[in-house]
Amino acid sequence: MSQHGGAVGLGLLVGLLARVAMLRSDYRQYPTYPHGYSTHLFMGIFAALAGAVTIPALFEKEWTAVTFFLLVAEQFRSIRGMERDSLKALEDNELVPRGSEYIESIARVFETRYYIVIVVAAATALGFEMQSVWTGLVFGAVVFMWTVLLTRVEVIGESAIVEAAPVTVRGSDVWVGDIHIFSMGLRQSREFISERAIGAILTPKNDEGRDTLANPGQRQAMLHDAASMLGVRVDLDTPEFAPQAKRDLRTGRVAVYLVPMERDQAALIEMLRRTPVLESARGRARFLKAGHPAKRGSRTGRKEVGGNDSEGGSGGNHR
Amino acid sequence: MEVTIQKAVLAAITDDPAKVSGVPVFVAQDDDSRQKKALYLSRILQAAVHDLGDGVLIVVKH
Repeated sequence: MSQHGGAVGLGLLVGLLARVAMLRSDYRQYPTYPHGYSTHLFMGIFAALAGAVTIPALFEKEWTAVTFFLLVAEQFRSIRGMERDSLKALEDNELVPRGSEYIESIARVFETRYYIVIVVAAATALGFEMQSVWTGLVFGAVVFMWTVLLTRVEVIGESAIVEAAPVTVRGSDVWVGDIHIFSMGLRQSREFISERAIGAILTPKNDEGRDTLANPGQRQAMLHDAASMLGVRVDLDTPEFAPQAKRDLRTGRVAVYLVPMERDQAALIEMLRRTPVLESARGRARFLKAGHPAKRGSRTGRKEVGGNDSEGGSGGNHR
Repeated sequence: MEVTIQKAVLAAITDDPAKVSGVPVFVAQDDDSRQKKALYLSRILQAAVHDLGDGVLIVVKH
C-alpha cells in the first residue's frame, strides 16, 4: 500500500481543499461559528480520505473497499439530519423563521457537499494512479467544476421581475402597490408602518416562476433572507411588523412587506433577487406530460402571466 | 414542549358588547380609548390587532 501513499495524500488534500472552497459563510449560510467550521472541516477530512483511499484499494483488487465505500456514503447521509435538527432547533427563536422548506434545502446542500468531496478526492487519486500528480490535480479540478455546475442553484431573479413598490396605509388597510397585505387596527402601528415599511412586487416571468412564487416555503425563505440582511423592526409583542409576502390571486404576483432596520429599498430588491429557488418550490409544469399542453397554450395565444391586468399581460406598473 | 395558541381571536374591543360574542369583550365608547386598550392587549398577548370596522377591533394570535 506504501506505493499508493501519494495518491491517497493528494486525494485527501484536494478533497479537503474542495470542502474549504465550499465552506462559504455568507448572510444566509450556516455555519457562521468556529465550532460549525471545525465540525465541517473534520468531516471533510473523513470524506476526502474515504474517496482517496478507495481508488488505490480498487487498483489492488481489494473489492471489499466497495462495501466500505458504500458504508461511508451511508454515514454521510446523516449530515442532512444533523443540519436539519440543528437549524430546526434554532427556528423557534428566530424573529423571522427560515421555514421547513428552506431548512430542508440547506440540509440537502450540506449533504451534497460531502458527496462532492468524496468524488473529487476519488477523481484526484485516480488521476495520480493513472499518470502523475498533475493529472490528478486536473481530474480533481474538472470533477469539482462539473459538480459545482451541476449543483448550481437558480435564484428568484431568474424567474421573476423584482421591482420596488410603495407601502401605503389606506384606512386600516396596508397595501404594497396594489396588493392588499393585511388590516391593521392600531393607529400607532399604522403610522409606524407608513413611516418605515418598504415593499417590493415580484412579477413571475413565466408559468414556472408563478408556481415557484406561489409556494409558501419559498416566500418564507425570501422573507428570511431579506430580514437577515436588512434587519427587522419587530419584537415578540409586535407581530404586525413581521415581514409578509402576499400573493395576488389574479396575476400570481407576490408583494413583499418589510419593516426593516435599514430602510434600503435597493438592498431589499437585491436580496429578493438573490434568494435561491428551493427545490421543493420549483415550478415544474414543463417537466410533466400534462403540463405540455399548458405550455403550448401559453405560446400560441395565452397571455403571459403577471402585470396588472386580471387576465395577465406583462409589465409591472403597480405604482 | 411549549404549547401556544395560534390563529385564534383572543379578545375584542368594541363600543357595543352586543356586536361581539364568544370571546372576551372589552367595552370602550370612544376611539382613543379603544385604541389604547387594543394596544395594551396586543402587547400583553403578543398578538396583532385588526379592525373589523363598525367600532370593533379584534386581537388575533397568528
